[in-house]
Amino acid sequence: MATIFAPANHVPGEDAESLYKAFKGWGTNEKAVISVLAHRNATQRKQIRQAYWDLYQEDLVKRLESELKGDFERAVYRWILEPQDRDAVLANVALKKSSDYHVIVEIACVRSAEELLAVRRAYQARYKHSLEEDVAAHTTGDVRKLLVGLVTTFRYEGAEINTRLAKSEANILQDAIKDKKFSNDEVIRILTTRSKTQLMATFNGFKDDQGTSITKALLGEPADNEFKRLLRIAIRCINEPLKYYEKILRNAIRKFGTDEDAITRVIVTRAEKDLLDIKELYYKRNSVPLDQAVAKETSGDYKAFLLALLGKQD
Amino acid sequence: MAHLQELEALTKALSGLGIDEKSLISILGKSDPARRTTFRQRSTHFFIEDERSFERWDDHRINLLRLEFVRFENALVLWAMHPWERDARLVHEALTLVPQSYRVILEIACTRSSEELLGARKAYHSLYDHSIEEDVAIHVTGSERKLLVALVSAYRYEGPKVSEDAAKSEAKLIAKAIKNGDKKNPIDDDEVIRILTTRSKPHLKAIYKHYKEVSGKNINEDIEAADFILKETAECLCNPHAYFSKVVDEAIRNDADHNTKKALTRVIVTRADVDLKEIKEEYNSLYGVPLTQKIDDNANGNYKDLLLALMTRD
Repeated sequence: MATIFAPANHVPGEDAESLYKAFKGWGTNEKAVISVLAHRNATQRKQIRQAYWDLYQEDLVKRLESELKGDFERAVYRWILEPQDRDAVLANVALKKSSDYHVIVEIACVRSAEELLAVRRAYQARYKHSLEEDVAAHTTGDVRKLLVGLVTTFRYEGAEINTRLAKSEANILQDAIKDKKFSNDEVIRILTTRSKTQLMATFNGFKDDQGTSITKALLGEPADNEFKRLLRIAIRCINEPLKYYEKILRNAIRKFGTDEDAITRVIVTRAEKDLLDIKELYYKRNSVPLDQAVAKETSGDYKAFLLALLGKQD
Repeated sequence: MAHLQELEALTKALSGLGIDEKSLISILGKSDPARRTTFRQRSTHFFIEDERSFERWDDHRINLLRLEFVRFENALVLWAMHPWERDARLVHEALTLVPQSYRVILEIACTRSSEELLGARKAYHSLYDHSIEEDVAIHVTGSERKLLVALVSAYRYEGPKVSEDAAKSEAKLIAKAIKNGDKKNPIDDDEVIRILTTRSKPHLKAIYKHYKEVSGKNINEDIEAADFILKETAECLCNPHAYFSKVVDEAIRNDADHNTKKALTRVIVTRADVDLKEIKEEYNSLYGVPLTQKIDDNANGNYKDLLLALMTRD
């Protein structure tokens, strides 16, 4: 479930005016920016952008970029974009700046088939290349095969499961793991073409048969294999996305030096989806509410914005 | 005399593509038993003398003839379909037939626009409860699998923007891979696959132009005949009208086998609303004969009338 609180009756024009007032003069009234934007859903934010343009002939996004700074600016920028545009930006940054390919795996595997399609369209509109074109050009070998396969698939979304197929493909995966041939064509084929329900049945079959989950089975030697790492992430994103996100947050907060990019990404992209469930999971796992952990590791407007997205009401 | 003429007319009515229904009705329909016996005795390519003293249909001939009778029906059904359903059914049929039908898959993947290909993938979900890439991956093996899965999954950028530098360097990459062809098949070269399956069509055209400047020949001329699939992929992507003309010409030949013949219906029906006019022009310049005339000479009955109707619309 979502965490943000958005009022049912909002007037885009009034919101645009409030934001305009917040920008006027020296400095910015960040509190005002947060109090408006953090409490509007995607449709409402889009309307505010339109209203801002109608009223002031200026792109709200560009104005935000120039008025805000640092982690706060990055978070608000990602928040104000439409979900598919946001994912396109995240993917591009992951490819060209940070080489955090797990972000690409995340987007490709957590989004629905239609959502991923929308991301591919948004990516083309923004960068004048197809997503797969850029992914292929920036990666090589097995990592390329896996990532291109993941971003180009248009998975069937039905609930049908073929149990015999699930068994046989679980065996294929088991053989690949046993022979340490993680990147063979069959593994990639299964992961990058089967429907999510079929894959979950396959992973369950694996667990029933082997007594251990496939992600656990993929641990061990070789330890620092990038392909294996991304493979595990793909499986976790398909199988148990909530647990995956909880772990990302746990690592981002626990690490020596907080990983703001990861915190921003998870909170901004899931606030309107399932952040509430992730919060519950986080509390169960860490005995500390997520809000509290985030508040401890972040500061200033960035912190206020994140807490607002996490559901804090003024 | 009339007898002989009749025989000739009947033979013509039953040869070529489609059946001359009117001729058959007017000749055979009105004939008495004696005439039909003469017909059977004289048509030694259709009837053989059975050891028990009667003229028996040659089995192979009946099967071929039955196919000709339904050629019109199949064409009409295909014509009435939504283009998405059409392409989805064609791919599914191609997958469950002989490997030579890979041509149909790459034809559809390469000659449709990005949105048309997407539509076909959606229709495939509805019709077959699988994703297109899932089924292609399962039915195609070896080097062709990587190429075909990537081709059907592509969502190419369709804008005009091309990076000439990238096109130049990628032309060199392809040239190198082709030159190394005797050591490593170009279809196994990751870079060749990446370029052909992710780059936009305008970008590929720029690559072909640079390739020709550098090596003096067209890319598809240089790819060995052994690499038939790669050659056809290159052709489909950059000169679809020449590709379609070639396919249609092969289909009309007398010695064409059943699968090759089906291409005539497929090309005319699937391109009638798209670029049939350009294909006709290209055919004329390649073979010196108008395609409409070729079809008039080699096709019969309702099937011929349907094809000509599709080809002469304005």
